Amino acid sequence: MSAEVTRAPGIESGEARAAPPPALRLVGISKSFGPVQANRDIHLEVEKGTIHGIVGENGAGKSTLMSIIYGYYQADAGEIEVHGRKVEIRSPQDAIAAGIGMVFQHFKLVENFTVLENIVLGVEGGALLGPALRRARRMLVELARDYELAVDPDAVIETLSVGLQQRVEILKALYRHADILILDEPTGVLTPAEADHLFRILRSLRDEGKTIILITHKLREIMEVTDRVSVMRQGEIVATRETAATSPEELAELMVGRKVLLRVEKPPARPGDRVLEVRDLCLRDEKGVERLKNISFDLREGEILAIAGVAGNGQSELLEVLSGIRAARGEVRLGSEPLDVARPDARLAREMGLAHIPEDRQRRGLVMEFHGWENTPFGYHHEPRFDRGWGLMDQKEMKRDAAGKFERFDIRPANPDLEARSFSGGNQQKIVVAREIEHNPDVLIVGQPTRGVDIGAIEFIHRQLIELRDAGCAILLVSVELDEVLSLGDRILVMFDGRIMGERRPEETDERELGLLMAGVDPGAPEAGTATGAEGREG
Amino acid sequence: MDLDIVLQLADSSVRLATPLLLACLAGLYSERSGVFDIGLEGKMLIAAFFAAATAAVTGSAWVGLAAGLAASLVFSMLHAVASITFRGNQLISGVAINFLAVGMTALLGHTWFRQGGQTPQLVGDARFHAIELPGAARLADVPVIGPVYAEVISGHSILVYIAFLAVPLTWWVLYRTRFGLRLRAVGENPAAVDTAGISVPLLRYQALVITGILCGIAGAYLSTSMNAGFVREMTAGKGFIALAALIFAKWRPWPALFATLLFGLLEAIGIRFQNVELGGIGTIPVQFMQALPYILTVVILAGFVGKAIPPRAGGEPYVKEE
Repeated sequence: MSAEVTRAPGIESGEARAAPPPALRLVGISKSFGPVQANRDIHLEVEKGTIHGIVGENGAGKSTLMSIIYGYYQADAGEIEVHGRKVEIRSPQDAIAAGIGMVFQHFKLVENFTVLENIVLGVEGGALLGPALRRARRMLVELARDYELAVDPDAVIETLSVGLQQRVEILKALYRHADILILDEPTGVLTPAEADHLFRILRSLRDEGKTIILITHKLREIMEVTDRVSVMRQGEIVATRETAATSPEELAELMVGRKVLLRVEKPPARPGDRVLEVRDLCLRDEKGVERLKNISFDLREGEILAIAGVAGNGQSELLEVLSGIRAARGEVRLGSEPLDVARPDARLAREMGLAHIPEDRQRRGLVMEFHGWENTPFGYHHEPRFDRGWGLMDQKEMKRDAAGKFERFDIRPANPDLEARSFSGGNQQKIVVAREIEHNPDVLIVGQPTRGVDIGAIEFIHRQLIELRDAGCAILLVSVELDEVLSLGDRILVMFDGRIMGERRPEETDERELGLLMAGVDPGAPEAGTATGAEGREG
Repeated sequence: MDLDIVLQLADSSVRLATPLLLACLAGLYSERSGVFDIGLEGKMLIAAFFAAATAAVTGSAWVGLAAGLAASLVFSMLHAVASITFRGNQLISGVAINFLAVGMTALLGHTWFRQGGQTPQLVGDARFHAIELPGAARLADVPVIGPVYAEVISGHSILVYIAFLAVPLTWWVLYRTRFGLRLRAVGENPAAVDTAGISVPLLRYQALVITGILCGIAGAYLSTSMNAGFVREMTAGKGFIALAALIFAKWRPWPALFATLLFGLLEAIGIRFQNVELGGIGTIPVQFMQALPYILTVVILAGFVGKAIPPRAGGEPYVKEE
């Protein structure tokens, strides 16, 4: 309270008289988790009625900073001002009271509750539920009308699409009279069309005078929707720019701290013989839901076949079946040998020349509690070179092997004695990539190779994959990142609802067309139709 | 089978189901909040002992009930501190509570009363007695309804009525109040509760207080109403049967009533029909009849009654993710 009083004369006599105070002002925020400094002396001003982007690589401290603003974490030092007034935010309750709402990357919804129940949770306004639910229902109608935020109030969350669940999170914040809305990586799980809708909503919220803070690592989104952007690197804000006055190249350089190539340099593919043949692959899960529906494709040596799609449309199951982790029906031939998908055998698949970089490196790719050198032989641990006889493993050889891989793949810190968990996401992924690539597989199956990986490591991993392709390996790449699919793939398959919606060549398609396919819409007659359409618009 | 036997069976089903029902509802509050509680058994046992011991000394069943509640609450808070504050393993804490209760009641019982771990026989006001509901005698002659009212519904101790009233009350709390909404939410996704600005630990402590109270009533009922005193290990697995009933009921109050009544009925059958003659084959041994509730427990826990999905955050201490 006293801070407010002492500030007031300063504002009247100072130069800030004309401009209203920023919606949010951070002064010297610092936060560390043990030895890791997640945020260091952060100063940030967010103008009222703007969309302010925050970009930075994974681990740059964006989410930590936002969690501090929302009171989910406590800062070690620093002050927060909301509309020129200093506020103490010790809990989400304080943040909500200060008019701050947050949409977390991983939604904070109760899955078996209805939309209404989720919205009133924590702001029931009385001991009984009835009046709260009625109030929320009326409010939902108004919000739906004002901001294109329609959603069935009685739907149970787990039956809603991810895009609708996110809408519920936004409604939750608005219902709590949020004036400053923070969204943490909101588009990671959305189709391009859903993302466009989200951006429309954000713009209309901004036009109503709300302040939006958008956290993302996707530069395209920053350029498209923000008014101003701040770049974070290693826990610090290194620059703030007007979006109109900057470029993706400049932002990328600021994020990484050096020049980066956003485009992947890739010579044309020279596909050879067919090495993987998949015919009519079908999979029904334990609940009886069809996850894969008659999947058929061929993969040739020396090419990268990319599979695009929104997460959860059967890609994970396809990876699991092909790598011998999960049983399915159908025919798969690896080289000239049939691979029995009804009786999956991951070891046999590896011995036949198939390597696998799993989607979830922390659960499938590594044992997080094991040393680096214990992780590098996984899947190949039964090879004679690691065998010392009597069922013992040759630890010296394992360590030597690991040290070589760490050096060749520039894994940092270059110490294989560390536990896998103590490496950053990018370096963990490099451990897995090194292990699989160095066995010169005939076929490499890769799931989300750069998820949660920093830009520097993405560049490195992409280069490795292309080199491997040019050496004659056949690569099946599954990714939800359209940029990655378009820049790495020699051919692109789009999966939707367990089916292959269509095949495209990267030079003959664009994000819009792929986005429609990912949403289950086949945009008219394939190939010829769209190609002429595009030409027509340009000419 | 004539009406009398049916009525007798129904009557004793109600009596036998009562402690199960109370324990089942106790478990419902705890597990709905995301804290697994296999220590229902131990809490009932310690409550049964302190209720009987106190009633024996003071001569008042009500004072005994208060003592039983207090003992059960203390044990429930032990579990709360271990599993909420210190984020310990909830199963281990529950096992510890069960062992502690068995050992403590035997030791204290033996030391205080020197009757081999039993408390003295409770007489007079030291026990809860049956209550005649108004009009039971007058309605008794009305066909069907009369005897049902007089035999099955009327004539139980106050604790039985408390147990059965706790069912609609729990339903109302769970689905019609703010506390209920938050309780259900915290057992499913504590992060959602936390980010909504509600304290997860406080909510779980509140749930475990209710669990303690209900287990306390269940224990007191066993030793001061259904029986006239405490006998060593008198809960005889009722806490675990209640857990099975809770799973059977899929953590919902009304189904919990029917599940516990089913167990009560099986127990009543086991007592009423000690040696059943099967024409030509022989007799079913009494041990089998008495084992019926336990057999059903195993069948339920083995998942033969359909998939029961527990509260999703159950058993997991809540730690903010980084």
